[in-house]
Amino acid sequence: MNMIVCIKQVIDPEAPPASFKIDPAGNKVVPPQGVSPVIDPYAEYGVEAALKIKDAIGGKVTAVSLGTNRLRDIVKKPLAMGADELILLEDEAFDGGDSWSTAYALAMAIKKIGEYDIIFCGREASDWNAGQVGSGIAEILGLPSVTLVKKIEVSDGKAKLERVTDEGYEVIETSLPCLITVSNEIGEPRYPTIKGIMGAKKKEPTIWKPADIGVEASRIGTSGRHTKLLKLFQPVREGKCEIVEGESPEEAAANLAAKLREVKVL
Amino acid sequence: MAENKGVLIFCETKEDKLAAIATELLGCGRKLADDLGQELSAVLVGSGLSDLAKEAIAYGADKVYVVDDPQLKDYQTDSYVSVMEKVVGQAMPQIILLGQTSIGRDLAPRLAFHLKTAASLGCLELAIDPRSKLMLQTKPVYGGNALAVFTADSFPQIATVRAKTMTPLEPDPSRKGEVVKVDAALDPSTIRTKVLEKVAEKVEGIKLEDAEVVVSGGRGIGGAEGFAQLEELAKMLKGAVGATRPPCDNEWVPAGAQIGLTGKIVAPELYIAVALSGSSQHMSGCSGAKTIVAINKDSEANIFREARFGLVGDWKKALPAFTEKLKELLAE
Repeated sequence: MNMIVCIKQVIDPEAPPASFKIDPAGNKVVPPQGVSPVIDPYAEYGVEAALKIKDAIGGKVTAVSLGTNRLRDIVKKPLAMGADELILLEDEAFDGGDSWSTAYALAMAIKKIGEYDIIFCGREASDWNAGQVGSGIAEILGLPSVTLVKKIEVSDGKAKLERVTDEGYEVIETSLPCLITVSNEIGEPRYPTIKGIMGAKKKEPTIWKPADIGVEASRIGTSGRHTKLLKLFQPVREGKCEIVEGESPEEAAANLAAKLREVKVL
Repeated sequence: MAENKGVLIFCETKEDKLAAIATELLGCGRKLADDLGQELSAVLVGSGLSDLAKEAIAYGADKVYVVDDPQLKDYQTDSYVSVMEKVVGQAMPQIILLGQTSIGRDLAPRLAFHLKTAASLGCLELAIDPRSKLMLQTKPVYGGNALAVFTADSFPQIATVRAKTMTPLEPDPSRKGEVVKVDAALDPSTIRTKVLEKVAEKVEGIKLEDAEVVVSGGRGIGGAEGFAQLEELAKMLKGAVGATRPPCDNEWVPAGAQIGLTGKIVAPELYIAVALSGSSQHMSGCSGAKTIVAINKDSEANIFREARFGLVGDWKKALPAFTEKLKELLAE
């Protein structure tokens, strides 16, 4: 099994909401001070999904990531978890892209890798929550795609997948190669072992520039965007909470119940 | 190239009726179409769609495209992209709206890339820019910490809309509209997936999304026993129990109880938030609630900025007294 996982470095989505700041002039998020970036948690589920297959039937897992300003120790995490190789698409020309530019560049990198049975993506990334890159890569490469997957079994050149639906889940069979976007229900990503971390330290990622993957300059980064971001802002909280008091929590609770009845909420 | 005009709604169905999200999208689409001075059309894809076209017209559609074929009984990416491409070729819409559902989230991006256009997923607000006549798409980003307004100038503009953010029109059975049958003409060899089984999650009591009252707990509840107390209150109020992510990750409650960006979206009359801080990612699943009541020992917790009424104190002491008092008051 040759597996490719697309990963991304993001601002830690678990950072306290108060640390989240926007530079309105640039329509950009200001990275919070003193909070280390992380691998996008959804992408980590993708790494976990690939490693589960590797554990079961063996194979090679290659992580691919696009971006700049990345911290080596952060983007090496898939290696520490058990992936075999890391390819970084690193160039300023890739910056400022949207789902289109990102899917195109990743698809071209995957073409260059050449051999693959399954490509994994997170179901969305925790920064822009676009939820489109996986489907986009599949469309560009002409592959079947199954999204929101929570369980995978591979046998006889096919994959049997459980896909999360609004009612529960469905079991889908797909031919390989295919693209899968992974949902959090796949299970908690494993922690890197000490051995894994030591191994990852010694391993150097492969760096690819736009020319290495044969992309057209007009289709990557800002130039490759299909969407325009007009405005980025933080919703205003009204903050009109009426705190109901009492001598004790029990009394306050009784007063709260009476209040809700009084204003006919209940 | 012909001009793209009009708004097209992808209508999902549920138990031989239009799904709630479809009626919400028709309500929103009607407004966008009127703002543009253009037509609102709907597309129904499936097997045995009988009278649903009439229902779509009653909810605001001027024209309904019906693609009825046994091969379309189950949603599959390849077959649905193929028939949507046909319908889009015929309808040439300027805008396509889908629900942010397990189907819409799969279909919208794949269709957008297939049609070489752009999509925005999970929108809360859609509007027509009066000058450019382009659709402006507002959606939560960074896990609900921020909102972004996107647009695109490639047609059709595609967006998925989150459940319960739009209001359906009052259905008018006397409305007239045109029904257009479209031949699916599917080549089975191009459909690379197969649905082997569909499993519906069993829900006891009232479904979370349909409940008028939701009692939700966070990490501070501390365990499954604590949630039993929330359950008691919910039951008394004929509501349902929800949770933030940590209680689900810790299996204090089933994963299906999770409310938030990565869980369910609810918009009840009353949302009682117990021992949860009110993170952006959680709030984006319940900000549509009419009244939020918060019980939390941390007076600085974000939830008090979202709530209408609050109690600062230990939920373990407050909740039983709250439940008791309510029981008394409701019995009067």
